[in-house]
Amino acid sequence: MLSDKTIEEVEALKRRYPDPRGAILPSLYIAQREFGWLSPEAFEAVSIVLGVPKAHLRGVASFYAMYRHKPVGRHLIQLCTNVSCMIFGAEDLVSLLKNRYGAEVGGTSPDGRFSLVIMECIGACEAAPAMLVNEDFHNNLTENNITEILEKYK
Amino acid sequence: MNYLLKNIENPNSFDVREYEKAGGYRSLKKAVEMEPAAIIAEVKKSGLRGRGGAGFPTGMKWTFANADPKFPKYLICNADEGEPGTFKDRPILEKNPHLLIEGMVISGHALRAEYGYIYLRGEYPDARDILNRAIKQAYEKGYLGDNVMGKGLKFHLTVHLGAGAYICGEETALIESLEGKRGQPRIKPPFPVNVGAFSMPTIVNNVETFSNIPCIMEIGPEAYSKIGSPDCPGPKLYCISGHVEKPGVYELPMGTTLREIIYTHCGGIKGGKSLKAVIPGGISTPVLPPSNIDCPMDFVSMPKHGSMLGSGAVMVFDETVCLVKVCLRALKFFEHESCGKCTPCREGTGWLRSILSRIEDGKGEKEDIDTLLDVSGNIVGKTFCPLGDGAGSVVINFIKHFRPEFEEHIEKKGCKYKK
Ligand SMILES: Cc1cc2nc3c(=O)[nH]c(=O)nc-3n(C[C@H](O)[C@H](O)[C@H](O)COP(=O)(O)O)c2cc1C
Ligand code: SF4
Ligand code: FES
Repeated sequence: MLSDKTIEEVEALKRRYPDPRGAILPSLYIAQREFGWLSPEAFEAVSIVLGVPKAHLRGVASFYAMYRHKPVGRHLIQLCTNVSCMIFGAEDLVSLLKNRYGAEVGGTSPDGRFSLVIMECIGACEAAPAMLVNEDFHNNLTENNITEILEKYK
Repeated sequence: MNYLLKNIENPNSFDVREYEKAGGYRSLKKAVEMEPAAIIAEVKKSGLRGRGGAGFPTGMKWTFANADPKFPKYLICNADEGEPGTFKDRPILEKNPHLLIEGMVISGHALRAEYGYIYLRGEYPDARDILNRAIKQAYEKGYLGDNVMGKGLKFHLTVHLGAGAYICGEETALIESLEGKRGQPRIKPPFPVNVGAFSMPTIVNNVETFSNIPCIMEIGPEAYSKIGSPDCPGPKLYCISGHVEKPGVYELPMGTTLREIIYTHCGGIKGGKSLKAVIPGGISTPVLPPSNIDCPMDFVSMPKHGSMLGSGAVMVFDETVCLVKVCLRALKFFEHESCGKCTPCREGTGWLRSILSRIEDGKGEKEDIDTLLDVSGNIVGKTFCPLGDGAGSVVINFIKHFRPEFEEHIEKKGCKYKK
């Protein structure tokens, strides 16, 4: 279940749209924040507050890459490997994350510290390669500075 | 003179007081005294074309929306900025959010729309927070709300966060997504100006498009239409990445040549290397060889030079880059982002990716190049939305300009650029 405060947050969102279904995407984000991922409980909770069937919510959520369809590690690394990042070595960083932390693409390191997702351009191409760790941007990555940056995320 | 990136050197440029100090919200003051139809007429006269990629004349779109008798009407700002290589809207969203808000309130008044949404890509958490704070300030200052500027006009604005689907940048997919659905494009017609969000007339414009509106109001449509290319005027944000000395976002008159952008503004090719290829308008636009870079970068000229302006996202490649690999990475992108609605795109992008992958890995066959062209030719013009066309034409143009490089991969059974 969602807390009263969170339910109030969703109710306020519903009022921003002429049809409460407009609030589906933002509500899924809220549920994800509260439950850590889109667990069956998360869908149940959103379904109740919005009055939308769970099957519909699942169908919607599965279309979008930024919803978490399984539990993730303590920190989510979203690394861009699209062209402008690729030509500055983004693929080497993918290998490094795997070798050093055991974080496979789409998976989580065995210690539960990092999950790794490959992104399609995060709008930081002028300072490539780039990644988001949780909600923080890190640019101009190299094989040296990426491990330093990740030190901050325990 | 900067209009769109004005004042962004100021570290507090996102704050409403700093924006006002730099002359902000003066255009709105002017606009609320004007009749809606008069504003539309000015926008039409300015010659402004949409900056989201297609270059559709904004005044014309607004006229169509205005002609529809149904109310309420909705105003949507496309801040999905998903085209790889594109980061031009980001400085507006993060450093000049009030310019966008001012542009949207003026547009709302012009189109008699009382509700606006900013569809922001989920990958921009900083912009989300900055926009929400700016919107809050605008409500407090009376630029938004039920009584805008004390003139009895109503305009409400909401940030709607996307969730990582490139196709949601396409306006009808965006509308589906705003309505809480899977982001698959709709058939057109009906066009969004008649049947858009929540089945009502809806105006979708790009961040940069709305941000041009205060400038048109401020300097007037005549002066505005004298900036840049005559049939495609105004200031333009170009974002340059890849192998140049000074990558970044540059505000320049529309129609600045690709050569001037790369060599004058961006300081030329990084490390004094030589230029091999340029993608001029985001990954979906046709690649150009160095011999074609004297083209004026606007919506009308670029097709005459074999490409498109797209989002103005210039990606520069030096002599060390393997273009088969670039083409392959582009197709991985299209395959991943294909929404699956129509067969040529859903299946075709996967086929193209797998053939390109084989060539890059040194397992290509002689016939593969023809197969690539055949598959691409069966995608272009046969898909539901332009994503599929983009994928096919990317492959066709890489082969058109750089065929020997593909052949070499096949003959030599591998990539000589691999470390
Ligand atoms: C696959 C695809 C992706 C698109 N992505 C964007 C985008 O991220 N931002 C944008 O403003 N327009 C994008 N567009 C263009 C929109 O469909 C639409 O033309 C634009 O938002 C209209 O605004 P404008 O007239 O101000 O350019 C995309 C189009 C397609 C086909
Ligand atoms: S062209 Fe591709 S993205 Fe567009 S509707 Fe068809 S499958 Fe979807
Ligand atoms: S290509 Fe990596 S941020 Fe744009």
